Amino acid sequence: MEEKLLNKKIELLVIGGSAGSFDVLLQVIPKIKSDINFPIIIILHRKSNTPTSIAKIFSSKTNLPVIECEEKEILQPGTIYFSPPDYHLLVENDHSVSLDSSEKVNYSRPSIDVTFKNLADLYHENLAAILLSGANSDGAKGLFYIKRNNGITIVQDPAVAEIKFMPQQAINLFEVDHIFNIEEIINYINNINTTLN
Amino acid sequence: MKADLIKEDELHILLIDVAQKYGYDFTEYSMASLKRRVNRLCLIDKHKSFAELRYRILNDEEYLSRFVEEITVNVTEMFRDPSFYKTIRETIIPELATHPHIKIWLAGCSTGEEVYSLSIVLHETGLLHKTLLYATDINPSVLEVAKQGIYAIGDMKLYSENYINSGGIKDFSTYYSAIYDHIKLIDELKLNTVFATHNLVADRSFNEFQLIICRNVLIYFNKDLQEKVLTLFDDSLENSAFLALGSKETIRFSDLESKYTQIGREKIWRKNC
Ligand SMILES: C[S@@+](CC[C@H](N)C(=O)[O-])C[C@H]1O[C@@H](n2cnc3c(N)ncnc32)[C@H](O)[C@@H]1O
Repeated sequence: MEEKLLNKKIELLVIGGSAGSFDVLLQVIPKIKSDINFPIIIILHRKSNTPTSIAKIFSSKTNLPVIECEEKEILQPGTIYFSPPDYHLLVENDHSVSLDSSEKVNYSRPSIDVTFKNLADLYHENLAAILLSGANSDGAKGLFYIKRNNGITIVQDPAVAEIKFMPQQAINLFEVDHIFNIEEIINYINNINTTLN
Repeated sequence: MKADLIKEDELHILLIDVAQKYGYDFTEYSMASLKRRVNRLCLIDKHKSFAELRYRILNDEEYLSRFVEEITVNVTEMFRDPSFYKTIRETIIPELATHPHIKIWLAGCSTGEEVYSLSIVLHETGLLHKTLLYATDINPSVLEVAKQGIYAIGDMKLYSENYINSGGIKDFSTYYSAIYDHIKLIDELKLNTVFATHNLVADRSFNEFQLIICRNVLIYFNKDLQEKVLTLFDDSLENSAFLALGSKETIRFSDLESKYTQIGREKIWRKNC
């Protein structure tokens, strides 16, 4: 029993979002408890010419440190990392971040699929992933890949998502573990590694 | 989305083979990104196994070139990060202008868009005629493109926006002539540029410069290799010279940190005297 619990420990939470996700994050991030024991990576599609103050915007709303990733940053528990615009975000075996300015994937850089795949290969069952609102099909295939690697897969309920296309793509593709509204997403995050999810 | 054909331990074997046979050493590159590139290559070229890829690379020198080309990321644009070029124009250029001759090294210049962007800034500030620009890359095929200065016409809208946002004062289209669906940048821009191969992993310092620009190259290296390359740059910079990196790269945590002072918010540092 205890071993099973250990095995299922979530070592990283990744959230992917596109159009309509920023507002969701504005509701979710302030409610995340400050004693979470895993890092959170957020891959958010943004216009590349917006000033990179996203870390600042969210820093003022939570006690958790919020960082826009720099090269070879080592992931720390209890910290929220945003992908910088115009780079794919990858994590190395030593849990440092590598940025990659290669071709766009699904018309996107950062691409959610790229990071989901990389993290599934690295964390397997110790990964939880949430796909939020968006008008792009980025993320659905990556989420399925996470599921096949025994990670936990969650989508925002299309019925309440500002733009339902992105989470709906995942639902159409495979059987996701959870379809959650915002309240449920917050609850889920705050209970990671505290109960048998 | 499929699981990777080439696993990490196999990738290591391949990289050691390539280093031994061809002298291209990628063993200290960022593995997460390399793994992606190599597996992408296998998909595109339809390799069915690690053994097949390895055999092809070790027995077909032409294919080795393709391998190098595909695993080193060549994505670039003109006036990428306009605010960077604005700082070059407004803060760095006036400092460079005090020198009778200016030497600049653009390392990892890829297909040259960055070279011509810089040349345009030097041209508009009246420094181009007294500047020697070394534009280098590990990959000979991107340098061939760079030498030509011919690019797709479709990119010009973005480039001209970037140019204006970077403080450009002219009509961007005066810098090129259109030929069908391509444009050719005016030859004047490359008169003082030397295009040459240089491998940052294996090759030495070859001159002393007042400015070295190396953007979005270090992100593909692991920490140890980043440190080695930064030392190479340090050895190649005069006192008071400038080092410019990509927007997410830093000399923080490296030995250079204590010897350099950052210029404003951009990733540009000045070597202390
Ligand atoms: C992403 S491009 C960056 C282009 C340009 N500097 C920019 O920022 O837009 C990276 C370039 O680094 C080059 N490169 C990779 N490894 C290198 C090495 N060991 N020595 C020199 N150049 C290298 C690649 O061939 C590629 O052209």
